[in-house]
Amino acid sequence: MSLQFSAQSQREIEAIRKRHETARSCIMPVLLMAQKEFGYLTDEVMELVGDTLGISIQEIYEVATFYTMYNTEPVGTYHIQVCGNLSCYLKGAFNMIAMLEQELGIRVGETTEDRMFTLSRVECLGSCGTAPVLQVNEEYHENMTPEKLTALLKELRSQAEQGYPRNGGKV
Amino acid sequence: MTTVENLVLRRFSQPGQARMEVSDPQNALLENYRRKGGYETAQKVLAEFTPQQIIDEVRDSKLRGRGGAGFATGVKWGFVPKDGQQHYLVINADEGEPGTFKDRYIIEYDPHAIIEGAMITCYAIGATKAYIYIRGEFYHQKAIMQRAVDEAYEAGLLGAPLFGKDFKLDFTVTTGAGAYICGEESAMLESIEGKRGEPRLKPPFPAIVGLHNKPTIINNVETIATVPVIMEIGAERYLAMGTEDSGGTRLVTISGHVKHPGVYELPMKTTVREAVYDFAGGPGRTDPVTGELIPIKAVIPGGSSAPVLTPDELDVALCFTALQEAGSMAGSGGVIVMDKGTCIVRAAQNLMHFYSHESCGQCTPCREGTNFLHKMMQKFETGRATMADIDLTYTVAGNMIGTTICALSDAAAIPMRSYIEKFREEFEHHVGQPLCPFDERERQLNNGWPAPPYDLHQE
Repeated sequence: MSLQFSAQSQREIEAIRKRHETARSCIMPVLLMAQKEFGYLTDEVMELVGDTLGISIQEIYEVATFYTMYNTEPVGTYHIQVCGNLSCYLKGAFNMIAMLEQELGIRVGETTEDRMFTLSRVECLGSCGTAPVLQVNEEYHENMTPEKLTALLKELRSQAEQGYPRNGGKV
Repeated sequence: MTTVENLVLRRFSQPGQARMEVSDPQNALLENYRRKGGYETAQKVLAEFTPQQIIDEVRDSKLRGRGGAGFATGVKWGFVPKDGQQHYLVINADEGEPGTFKDRYIIEYDPHAIIEGAMITCYAIGATKAYIYIRGEFYHQKAIMQRAVDEAYEAGLLGAPLFGKDFKLDFTVTTGAGAYICGEESAMLESIEGKRGEPRLKPPFPAIVGLHNKPTIINNVETIATVPVIMEIGAERYLAMGTEDSGGTRLVTISGHVKHPGVYELPMKTTVREAVYDFAGGPGRTDPVTGELIPIKAVIPGGSSAPVLTPDELDVALCFTALQEAGSMAGSGGVIVMDKGTCIVRAAQNLMHFYSHESCGQCTPCREGTNFLHKMMQKFETGRATMADIDLTYTVAGNMIGTTICALSDAAAIPMRSYIEKFREEFEHHVGQPLCPFDERERQLNNGWPAPPYDLHQE
């Protein structure tokens, strides 16, 4: 098989394996690592995870399709996830989504043609007191306002221009 | 700001202040935790108490689980068999109930309090391994928790005989990957075992057959962080701060249309009205036309799964029993406030979207029911509903209660019924209208956002 984990990932997998009692318990953390390294979870990536842990691809697939944070489809460099639950809705989350759709020229669930942004509406991010909130990749942005959103998009675009790596460079 | 005695917040917020003001991320470091007396309680407890005495003390404190169900912590611990086999403690940090946002701050600013709480708990229930299951989106919090665990291992507090006792604790940080259902304790165990987060049929309860089929106690982060407090100040004093059967203080998270949303540590006897008006400052949105504050229409007192309260029902204590008697629940302490600019049907639609998305799909009444309720709310919002749909929604929701493996179905159905019971005229008002009658009002109050509103009707 051509696909391989990087040396660093292999070391991390060993560490994960030590912390968990069964190989199966390692599926979730290793899938997240794989996603970070390869961008999203293709069948090939899932097979690699299965082979690494000695678990069948069916069991890996079962897990990967249950949890929303595993992407089985490609996402952009920046995955913008807007919380749309009650507290955020009350504070204008959907006005924020409308503004994002306008600024990015895409609808919720889509990726821009240049693969820079994916826009998602997600369930509660656990940040209701600082609503509305959105998450860009691993980072939370709280107490969002139109001004903060404009500044954030500008910042992300300028980061990308300076060569921010696209999901490990694999997408 | 009103002064109260804070217990859980005292090490990382302003002592004596109900409202959490987080300041210094350095609070999370071991040296700073120790400087404030950290781990002294665990050391004292391990030297002076037997496991049974710890369980008794926590039971007497009337500490009730802070995750939502409000089960008496000491009683739960008592279920673990005393058989000398491998036991586990799993700390639930899968915080995802809409309206709840407290555990993330404990992890961020006081992770060692969680480890200290875990030491005492594990000693009491005979567990040698603790897991903390943090929701996947909390990358930042996970990194902080992991750093704290690494510090504790280096300092010999974990993985080595503890305070000269023949007792050693291992602690693993593990994460979810975006599934609300994993906050249900048996789904969490499935998830830690590397499976889909589908709740298990009970009995057997996890205290008997839990993680890897071994006896397991699952407690919320706040519950565990409260354990050292109780052991330090004593059950009697802790109990006295609360009500007769819900001891102490709890973290109440207030969000929505209030002046000062945030985390508040309040004695259990505080009423919902005091929490919303005195602590969180009351209504927070101004009408752009009249320039006046918009009065409050509805309050959810314990996370989105709690039945809604009307403004004249707010003189009820935040404690578990009082709210239950008032027909609602204290749940996870998430208070969501909606003002009169809010459409109740749309709020219900938003919540049903959540439950329908988060249903694991195992049980038919939940999988189909949550989806049905969501579709029904869409029907009201798009002007396609009839008067008969109100009762139909109410009946279907009734059939979802108590008919499934876990409580997610109830968590959708019971609040749904409360919206119809208490705001029936709003549902009626939607019938025969081309679209939601609140559309115009919502555009007027656009929360300071310039963009045209996103089409919420089909949401």
